[in-house]
Amino acid sequence: MALLQISEPGESAAPHQRRLGVGIDLGTTNSLVAAVRSGVAEVLPDERGRAALPSTVHFSPDAITTGHEAAMLAGAIRSAKRLMGKGAADLEGHWLAAHHRFDTSGALPGFVTEAGPKSAQEVSAAILGALKARAEATLGGTLAGAVVTVPAYFDDAQRQATKDAAAMVGLPVLRLLNEPTAAAVAYGLDSGEEGVIAVYDLGGGTFDVSLLRLQRGVFEVLATAGDTALGGDDLDNLLVDWLLERVGVDGVPDGQARVALKELARGLKERLSDETSVPVELEIGSHRWQGELTRETFERLVAPLVDATLKPCRRVLRDAKVAREDIRAVVMVGGSTRVPAVRARVSRFFEREVLIDIDPDSVVAIGAAVQADALVGNRADDDLLLLDVTPLSLGLETMGNLVEKVIPRNTTIPVARAQEFTTYKDGQTAMALHVLQGERELVDDCRSLARFEINGLPPRVAGALRIQVLFQVDADGLLTVSALERESGTVASIDVRPSYGLEDGEIERMLGESMERAAEDAVARALAEQRVDAERALEAIGSALASDGDRHLDGSERAAIDALAGAVRQAVSDGDRDAIRAAVEALEAGSARYVERRMNASVHAMMAGRTLSEIDDE
Amino acid sequence: MRLRGVVHDLVVDVDGAADAARPDLSADYFTLFDQPRRFSIDEDVLAERYRRLQGLTHPDRFASASTVERRWSVQASSFVNDGFETLRRPLKRALYLLSLAGVSVDEETDTAMDAMFLMQQMERREALEGVAGAADPLAALTAIERDLESARAEVAGEFDAASARADWPAARDAVRRWQFLDKLGREADDLGARLDDD
Repeated sequence: MALLQISEPGESAAPHQRRLGVGIDLGTTNSLVAAVRSGVAEVLPDERGRAALPSTVHFSPDAITTGHEAAMLAGAIRSAKRLMGKGAADLEGHWLAAHHRFDTSGALPGFVTEAGPKSAQEVSAAILGALKARAEATLGGTLAGAVVTVPAYFDDAQRQATKDAAAMVGLPVLRLLNEPTAAAVAYGLDSGEEGVIAVYDLGGGTFDVSLLRLQRGVFEVLATAGDTALGGDDLDNLLVDWLLERVGVDGVPDGQARVALKELARGLKERLSDETSVPVELEIGSHRWQGELTRETFERLVAPLVDATLKPCRRVLRDAKVAREDIRAVVMVGGSTRVPAVRARVSRFFEREVLIDIDPDSVVAIGAAVQADALVGNRADDDLLLLDVTPLSLGLETMGNLVEKVIPRNTTIPVARAQEFTTYKDGQTAMALHVLQGERELVDDCRSLARFEINGLPPRVAGALRIQVLFQVDADGLLTVSALERESGTVASIDVRPSYGLEDGEIERMLGESMERAAEDAVARALAEQRVDAERALEAIGSALASDGDRHLDGSERAAIDALAGAVRQAVSDGDRDAIRAAVEALEAGSARYVERRMNASVHAMMAGRTLSEIDDE
Repeated sequence: MRLRGVVHDLVVDVDGAADAARPDLSADYFTLFDQPRRFSIDEDVLAERYRRLQGLTHPDRFASASTVERRWSVQASSFVNDGFETLRRPLKRALYLLSLAGVSVDEETDTAMDAMFLMQQMERREALEGVAGAADPLAALTAIERDLESARAEVAGEFDAASARADWPAARDAVRRWQFLDKLGREADDLGARLDDD
C-alpha cells in the first residue's frame, strides 16, 4: 500500500530501500534493457558489451537460446512481434508466413520449432526473460518490475499479448508505455525543451508518430497515429527483392539464403547512409551478379514506403489541431531513421530540420527506464507525469452491422465512458454486446475485441429497460467493459481478452512448461515477496490509522480493520504464503472504503490549500 | 441490438457494476477545477489545475500501491480527465451547464428548429458535398471551415449571454443549433482527412 503517497508524493514507504525498476524496449528486430543508475539512465549491455539483444529466439527440446547466439542457429524465430495478439486468420497473406512454418491447430498460431509450436507471446517471453536475467545480473538484485514499451498504435490484443509474455517469465509489468512517449521523455528531460514536439518512430516492424506537449515535467500526448504493419524491415525486404531481380532468381529463397540476403541488404542500407554508391557482388546457386547500388536507386525503391508514413503524420496534425509551424522539434526514433532519404522526406514534410543527435536505437529504452524508476518510487522529485491517449476508437456493435464509438481515438487515458442502451423487443431478457476497436463504421472493418452477454434481464416492453455499458481504459491502454441494468441490478463484465488472447490458466501452463525456474527457489521467493507485501500493507494502514483513523472511521469500522490487520500479522508469523495473501486481500477489501475516504479527503485538502499564485511560484 | 443510445459525457458511478468505489472528488466539475459555474472559462487556470489533479490521482503515482488504491486511482484519474475534457471543449461545457441546470437536450426526439437555420444548414451541407468536385478542394474546404467557425462563435456567444441571465430556453436553443454546426464540422474534418490522404 502507498497510503502515504498522496500527502508526500516523493516518498516511498521505505526510502532507504532502493527498488529496481528497468525499462525494456521490446523491439521487432532488437530489444534493449535500460536502468537508472546513480541518477543516470543508461542501457545495460551484456557481458560482452553489446547493448542490443537481437529479438531472435531458438527453441530446442533442451534449451531456449536468444539473441546473437540464436541468430546463428537454423530455424531461429525472428520478428515475432509482428504476430503479437494476432490469430490464425491474420496469418493469411502475412509475409511472415512465407518465412516460418506455422501450426494453426491451437488457440494461437504457433511457430513450428523442434520443441513444438511456440506462440509469439512465448517467443517474446524468452526475450524478456533474457533481458530480465541480464538486468538482475548487472544490477545485483531482483527486479521490482519493468516498464515495457509498445508501439503507440498497438491495439488492445497486442498490448494484452505483451503483458502475457511478461507474465510468463514472472516479470511484473509496472506499465506498458508507448514507444514515442518513452522517446519524448528521454528527449525532453535531456534537452529541457518545452512546447509541442513530434516523435517520428520508424521501428523494425512498426511505424508510429505522436505529437506531445512538454511542459514542466508533464508529457501530454495530443495525438498519435501509425501503422503496425509498416516498418524498417520493409526497407530491407524491398532491397532483397531488388537484389533477387538483379541476380535473376525467381521467388524467395528459403531459410539461410534469405537470412543472408537480408543481412546483405541491411549492410547496403547502412553503408548508403554515408556513401552515394556501393559495389555489390552476389551469388545464389548458379546465378551471379556484379554491379553497384546507388543511393539514388535505393531512395527510388523506398520512396513509396517513406511516403506511406506521411499519411499518419498528416492525421496527427489534424487530430491534434496543431499547425506545422507550431511544432518545436521533430525527434527521430528507430534505426531506419538513419536512412538519409527518410530524414530528408520527414524534414520536408514538417518544414524543419529533424533532430538526429540522440541515439535513435536506445532512446526508447532510456525513456522507459526513467519512468520505471519513478514508478518504483525512486524519483525524489515527483514531477514526472505522462498523460497518454488511446490510439484507436473503441465502440460497440449496433443495429445494421454498424459501430457506435464510445471512446474516440486520442482520448486521454485512463478514461471511463458510459453509454446507455435499451431493449428493442418486448420481453427481451438478454442482450449481446460486441466490443470493437477501429475507426471504420462497419463492424467487419474493425477489430473484434470481445463478445459477451448480459442475461437475466426482467422481461419488459421494448425500450423500457436501460442498460448502462461502461468502458474503462486503464493507464496501460487496456479495456474493461461492464454492463449494468439498474432495475434488477443485473451485472455482467469482461476484461477484454480477445478471442485469440490467452486465458489465465494458459499463461500458467506456459509458465510451467517454458520456464526453467527452479521450483523450490520460486516457492521460497514467493513467500518472501508475500511477506514483504504484507509488511508494507501493515505499515501503510498503521500509519494511516494513526494519522486520521479517528476522523474517517467510527468505532465498529475501526475495530473491523484492526481485526483484519491482526489476522495478517498472524498469517505472517505462521508463514503460509496463500494464507498471507488471503489475509492481505481481506485487509485491503475491508479497508477499501476507509482508504477511498481519506484519499478523496487528501485530494480536496491538497487542492483547496493551493492557489494559482502558489503554483506559479514553484 | 438497439435503436438508440445516449452518450453521457459524465463518468457515471459503477457501484453495482464491479463493486467498485465511486471517485467522489467533487460535486461537479466546475468545483473540482475551481472555476465559477459559467460559460466563459480561464483556460490557463483550467490546464494548471488539471495537471495538479492528475499529479495527485494518476495511476503512475500508485504503481506500487495496493489494489484498492490503484482502483481508486484509475477511477479518480478518469474522472479528472473527463472533467477536463468537458470543461475545455466549449460545446461540451455548454451541454454540461445545461445538464446542471436540469435542462435536457435531446437531439433525436425534438425536431422543431428554426426554418431559416435549417435552410442555411442544407446550403452548408451542399457546399460540403461540392468540395470534392471543386477546382481547388482544399481551398473550398477551408472556406467552409471558416464559415462554420464563425457560425459556431456566434451560437457560442448567444449561449454565453443566455446562460448568464439564466434564460435556459434560449440557451438550449443555441446549443441545439451548435450541435448541428458541430456535426457538420466533424464531417468537414473527415473530408479534410480524406483529402489529406489522397
